Amino acid sequence: MVVDSETWGLARAQGAQSPPTVRVLRYYAHAYRRTWRSSVTVSFLYPVFYLTAMGVGLGSLINHHTHLVDHVQYLDFIAPGLLAATAMQIAANDSMWPVMAAIKWIRTYFAMLATPLTVTDILLGHLLWITLRLVMVATIYLGVMAAFGVVASPLAIAALPAAVLIGLAFAAPLSAFAATQENDHGFPLVYRMMLIPLFLFSGTFFPVSQLPGWLQVVAACTPLYHGVHLARALVLGQAQLSGVLGDVAYLVGLAVLGTLLARLTYGRRLVI
Amino acid sequence: MHPLSGPSTGALAARSDTPAEPVIWARDLEKRFGDLVAVDHIAFDISRGECFGFLGPNGAGKTSTMRMIACMSPLSGGTLRVLGLDPTTDGARIRARIGLVPQEDTLDLELTVMDNLIIYGRYFDLPRKVIRERATRLLEFAQLSDRVNEKVDPLSGGLKRRLTIARALVSEPDLLILDEPTTGLDPQARHLLWDRLYRLKQQGVTLVVTTHYMDEAEQLCDRLVVMDHGRIAALGTPHSLIAEHCTKEVLELRFEPDENAAMAERLDDLVERLEVLPDRILLYADDADHVLAAVEAKGLVPRNSLVRRSTLEDVFLRLTGRTLVD
Repeated sequence: MVVDSETWGLARAQGAQSPPTVRVLRYYAHAYRRTWRSSVTVSFLYPVFYLTAMGVGLGSLINHHTHLVDHVQYLDFIAPGLLAATAMQIAANDSMWPVMAAIKWIRTYFAMLATPLTVTDILLGHLLWITLRLVMVATIYLGVMAAFGVVASPLAIAALPAAVLIGLAFAAPLSAFAATQENDHGFPLVYRMMLIPLFLFSGTFFPVSQLPGWLQVVAACTPLYHGVHLARALVLGQAQLSGVLGDVAYLVGLAVLGTLLARLTYGRRLVI
Repeated sequence: MHPLSGPSTGALAARSDTPAEPVIWARDLEKRFGDLVAVDHIAFDISRGECFGFLGPNGAGKTSTMRMIACMSPLSGGTLRVLGLDPTTDGARIRARIGLVPQEDTLDLELTVMDNLIIYGRYFDLPRKVIRERATRLLEFAQLSDRVNEKVDPLSGGLKRRLTIARALVSEPDLLILDEPTTGLDPQARHLLWDRLYRLKQQGVTLVVTTHYMDEAEQLCDRLVVMDHGRIAALGTPHSLIAEHCTKEVLELRFEPDENAAMAERLDDLVERLEVLPDRILLYADDADHVLAAVEAKGLVPRNSLVRRSTLEDVFLRLTGRTLVD
């Protein structure tokens, strides 16, 4: 029996238990169940590999020659920078191909738009899912850092929300960009022209003061620079209120601006 | 209650604001994309429990109309009421009571059949338990019960289409909108779908269907419109449209390919309207046997002849022309 006229549609009236954004989030969580094992494994192995190779391997060489980088061991220097860079990378991955898939390949957004969900719900649910992913990845990362003995300050716990903020500062504008694209050809370009240069020159691997003067100015304008600066200050307990506030303001600004832009590009793309 | 029992006047009627109020009410409805006018000031009413069809060639404005009714596409002009509400301000509330079967499937191919239903039901904020219970019934209805735990990707087009319909029903909508539900399906799958849609209609669900298939429209639709260039070319029941726009019967004659034009001139006085096609001549008449006798009386001997009832397809081609649209 498909239709029971007495009760048809009545469960609807009893619904409205969870906010629409959470209903969108549930989709991602449900879909994630098929890949969570490999995803969590990678989230764990990535910091182990990087901290071992760069922090311990390369670090012992560097420590041997110069003793300290910015007054700390190289491992301590590089670990928070890598945390920030990882947040950027996770956010970028989850904001480009999945957005294209939801618009063109699987058309998840259109399935959602045929239900009571709205464009704003869809966008915020997507960003909420990325937030959750960032919490997962950053928690694992901080755990590995603690195991490597990097975490020096109780302030390091604040690196978790910082990593989320860094991620969202990339996720929101990149989602806005992805929603304007007809295919995924532009995404590798974003990687090569934007994310990799940021990864290399934002003070992740060496202090920005090593760069030529004009490049230092450029670097200081980029989001990952502020992310690395913020994460390092918190993890190493060197935070100065003014510096932290400046970084946070920059990243919050970018995340908010990106979200507003994304609402615009999502609307143009999905409501025609 | 028996699955095919009719709608009770209880729950279904109780949710309408007034029983007589149309489920969909459109006046002067317009959709523009830049300079292109996709829907050009059309008007129609669709009543509760009715199966209403939109027919028309590609680009006639059917899908644009469906998308406006489904509150997925803003109006460019005019007035539209769906379930008594205004799509411009109450889109989410209306969509909560609509089931949509879009032209292109939007199933999640990586997930299983059951997961697709659960995820979709969750968008409507239905409790998981309710969805599971409904999903079991719906998959039975769509003859997908033995596929519950299979991934969607490898399923055939017909199975996917049936799953999309089952999915659209998981919220138990008052109005089901189907945009070309059977395009690309084999005859078996089409007939199964027609049967399922017929049952839904029997049970009081209002259906709005677009289709290219005239037999589908004749089978399913209580009333339909023929759209062309964004306008409504005709509106009525399948029978009334045939009566209004066509003769009762058609006589099809095939002569030698190069003779058709010449023959047509000699047949012209036998009927009010005839049509010369590259391979045959169509003579429209209320009594085609009588015309055939007259043809033979003239001493004309076609290679073959066929007397048939007029169909919706004749009406459709008369109203929208035989030229390819795209």
